[in-house]
Amino acid sequence: MHTKSLTELAAALNSGTVSSVELTQAFLERITALDPKFNSFITTTPEIALEQAKAADAARASGRAGDYTGLPIAHKDLFCTEGVRTSCGSKMLDNFESPYDATVVAKFKAAGAVMLGKTNMDEFAMGSSNESSFYGACRNPWDTQRVPGGSSGGSAAAVAARLTPAATGSDTGGSIRQPAALCGITGIKPTYGRVSRYGMVAYASSLDQGGPMAQTAEDCALMLNVMAGFDKMDSTSAQRDAEDYRAKLNDSIAGLRIGIPKEYLSDDLDPQIAERVQAAIRELETLGASVKEISLPRTRMSIPAYYIIAPAEASSNLSRFDGVRYGHRCDNPKDLMDLYTRTRQEGFGAEVKRRIMVGTYALCAGYYDAYYNKAQQIRRLIQQDFLAAFNEVDVILGPTTPHPAFKLGEKSNDPVSMYMEDIFTLSLNLAGLPGMSVPCGTVSGLPVGLQLIGNYFDEAKLLNVAHQFQQVTDWHKHAPTGI
Amino acid sequence: MEWETVIGLEIHVQLSTQTKIFSGASTAFGAEPNTQACAVDLALPGTLPVFNENAQRMAIMFGLAINAEIGKRAVFERKNYFYPDLPKGYQTTQLERPVVGEGYVDITTEDGSRRVRIHHAHLEEDAGKSLHEDFHGMSGIDLNRAGTPLIEIVSEPDMRSSKEAAEYARKIHAIVTTLGICDGNMAEGSMRCDCNVSVRPKGQQEYGTRTELKNINSFRFIERAIDTEVARQIDLIEDGGKVVQETRLYDPDRNETRSMRSKEDANDYRYFPCPDLLPVVVDDSYIEAIRATLPELPDARRERFISDYNLSEYDAGVLSAYRPQADYYEAVVASSSDAKLAANWVMGELAKNLNATDIDIRECPVSAEQLGGLLQRIKDNTISGNIAKKVFEHMWSDGGSADEIIEAKGLKQVTDTGAIEKVIDEVIAKAGPQVEQYKAAEPDKRGKMIGFFMGQVMKATGGKANPGAVTGLLKQKLDALCD
Repeated sequence: MHTKSLTELAAALNSGTVSSVELTQAFLERITALDPKFNSFITTTPEIALEQAKAADAARASGRAGDYTGLPIAHKDLFCTEGVRTSCGSKMLDNFESPYDATVVAKFKAAGAVMLGKTNMDEFAMGSSNESSFYGACRNPWDTQRVPGGSSGGSAAAVAARLTPAATGSDTGGSIRQPAALCGITGIKPTYGRVSRYGMVAYASSLDQGGPMAQTAEDCALMLNVMAGFDKMDSTSAQRDAEDYRAKLNDSIAGLRIGIPKEYLSDDLDPQIAERVQAAIRELETLGASVKEISLPRTRMSIPAYYIIAPAEASSNLSRFDGVRYGHRCDNPKDLMDLYTRTRQEGFGAEVKRRIMVGTYALCAGYYDAYYNKAQQIRRLIQQDFLAAFNEVDVILGPTTPHPAFKLGEKSNDPVSMYMEDIFTLSLNLAGLPGMSVPCGTVSGLPVGLQLIGNYFDEAKLLNVAHQFQQVTDWHKHAPTGI
Repeated sequence: MEWETVIGLEIHVQLSTQTKIFSGASTAFGAEPNTQACAVDLALPGTLPVFNENAQRMAIMFGLAINAEIGKRAVFERKNYFYPDLPKGYQTTQLERPVVGEGYVDITTEDGSRRVRIHHAHLEEDAGKSLHEDFHGMSGIDLNRAGTPLIEIVSEPDMRSSKEAAEYARKIHAIVTTLGICDGNMAEGSMRCDCNVSVRPKGQQEYGTRTELKNINSFRFIERAIDTEVARQIDLIEDGGKVVQETRLYDPDRNETRSMRSKEDANDYRYFPCPDLLPVVVDDSYIEAIRATLPELPDARRERFISDYNLSEYDAGVLSAYRPQADYYEAVVASSSDAKLAANWVMGELAKNLNATDIDIRECPVSAEQLGGLLQRIKDNTISGNIAKKVFEHMWSDGGSADEIIEAKGLKQVTDTGAIEKVIDEVIAKAGPQVEQYKAAEPDKRGKMIGFFMGQVMKATGGKANPGAVTGLLKQKLDALCD
């Protein structure tokens, strides 16, 4: 049962071959048995899960079941959950229980979902390896000596280990797509503004976007149907009508124009990953898509631009963690300054402090134009690159990451080389475009991901292409050994 | 040496919206601490601001009232600094693109008229309050005020005396209360003033070093604080010292200013555009629709009072400065049909009672119609002005119409000449010596001597005799004795 996709489980619930309570118990048991190896959950919520499962079964019995009723979900631990700790992977919020639900959480609740728990993540979503979590590194189920990627590493690992069929993630510079690629699952970062950010603890407000992580594109579509939509509580959420992301999954992709950025297949890329991507392209060509080379010349500039803008926003967003109202507070502060400095010194980890300092520096009077303004200009240029490309092609395709999962500790003392892992994913966040990662093979037994990039609000098209790809490949069905 | 004072004001005006600028919490004053602070005001993790459009409308009303350019694309920025009553660690405000651009107001003092230019006015959120008493060496934080919408009105350094500064502040007060965008209650902090003060030798072009006097909340204190600070600066310079650019606090109890912090301690606020809020874009039709709702402004109303009601400039200025008072006055005019009498009463007896009891005219126990009815009885000689004051006192404390009170208290003026003649005859009969003096006096001196007889008649009638009738009859009867 646990290996089934979300869509298959939905069918099983509908046909009555399994109840939500049985399903929930099965996944809770798996988490108890297996997660000590992976550390993909920070908090599990068995009581809530079973209660919600019972309610879901009752709803189904009385004919009130929706598409998601009774299906499990795990939330990345930056989505606020009423009455359940929301830690953001940080000591700072180790004791924090939100008095309200994030919009995404509320939507899943309203849809009848069953919350299994809260997943591990890089502290405040800052990282590409999940190693910066206060709760310890999460491990890649394909090789527990390796990282699952980050920052949504716990969500990716939990889905890969089949501890949950679905998990929410958030993506500021690749935090859904990169771990999805490294863990061999499917994940989509929607267009900025498509999924409400209300209640999702902010890292970099202009880049953050929540999204689904699951085994297949079809599963992601089912989840996105729950998650997406305008929210008046989030002024940056898009005022667009809801759409059914499953409606076009089975459309033919004959005639689809695919662009391959030549910058994405550069020397930095692991040649074996390049080969897997080429193979994926050939599959899509057999489905009738045409391929052409395009150029996104400003790709390399996305890393410096991102590492100005994201830390700048983060330095301000994280100012609220001051020990005054909630969260960690140092013992016996001797005055106000001592309260601030020790609280933040003790509450934040090294990577968070690094980014707060970088961001604070970049916003200082005298440096603002050289850094922040310049980065915003680069951001506009990167967006223009993409828009020019979308005049010629329907989707852009390339690798999600330059390498497969690296070893724990391998890059933790070299932040820049860690940052380079996000070279293919960052630019989409800067442009606000939707992107997804789909499993497209393995390298030395480790999964690698194919990244699909769409024009604004073209999530349905990305899901369609990914679903069609998954009809002729089975990489998404591969699970780590022993799972 | 002769010195010139240069003053610029920054006035914070709390807008009278029902809810806060970025949240749905109430803005009502005086609630129990922290009962009007919602998740957004507490800056709980994950919360986001939603801009209250009413604040935008009110700010534009102000802009139109001071003949300013309206910012068609206003941008909120974050002003970053740590303080316990600033929950997010930044204040959301406007910097580069404020809602109101350059404008002006005209003021008049005994030294003549002056146009004070306004550099701009911007929207921002108020902070909470730190409470330093009753917490055993710690501080309490009340966030009820956090997020109350403010416009900060920044003048050019165009004022040259404390009187002008106070008059400018009064004019701003008159405008915002007339517009109905602020309750004008300075004691509750609805309008607070920072005064930038410097001195320079008369004739010198460049400005002296300025100090900023913070948070002054009455017109009288504006004058006194500036006078005190100007004297301090002049003394300092004349003693060979230098004014230091700093923020100072005015202590009204000691009538002195004290240093709060110097420029060296100033924060680098690391302003940057708030990524959680979209630019506020308005078009001409939106602005014109607001213009159409503007009430008559104080300047226009003063002019109309002069031309329509024949009031002096002074009376017209006083009566038009505060909209509830101006409205009240016009209602009294309407029900009494005597503009001059109404002006005397509203500025005299009524204002005296309001001041003595510290009651705002909007809560005045005597309605405009009641007062108008009273004035009618003066006009038609039912009662004298002095009796009217007694009637007014009854009205103030016990209510009732003028007619009811006059009837119940038997205060109706005696106009029956027969009855008055009878009293006069008695008075003359008892006042032999005074009658002899009257007869002996030169005819042109006699007029003044009537006062004594008048007083006796009024005493005998309990003040109810019609003074006009008494004067005429007295003169007639006394003069008859002289022939």
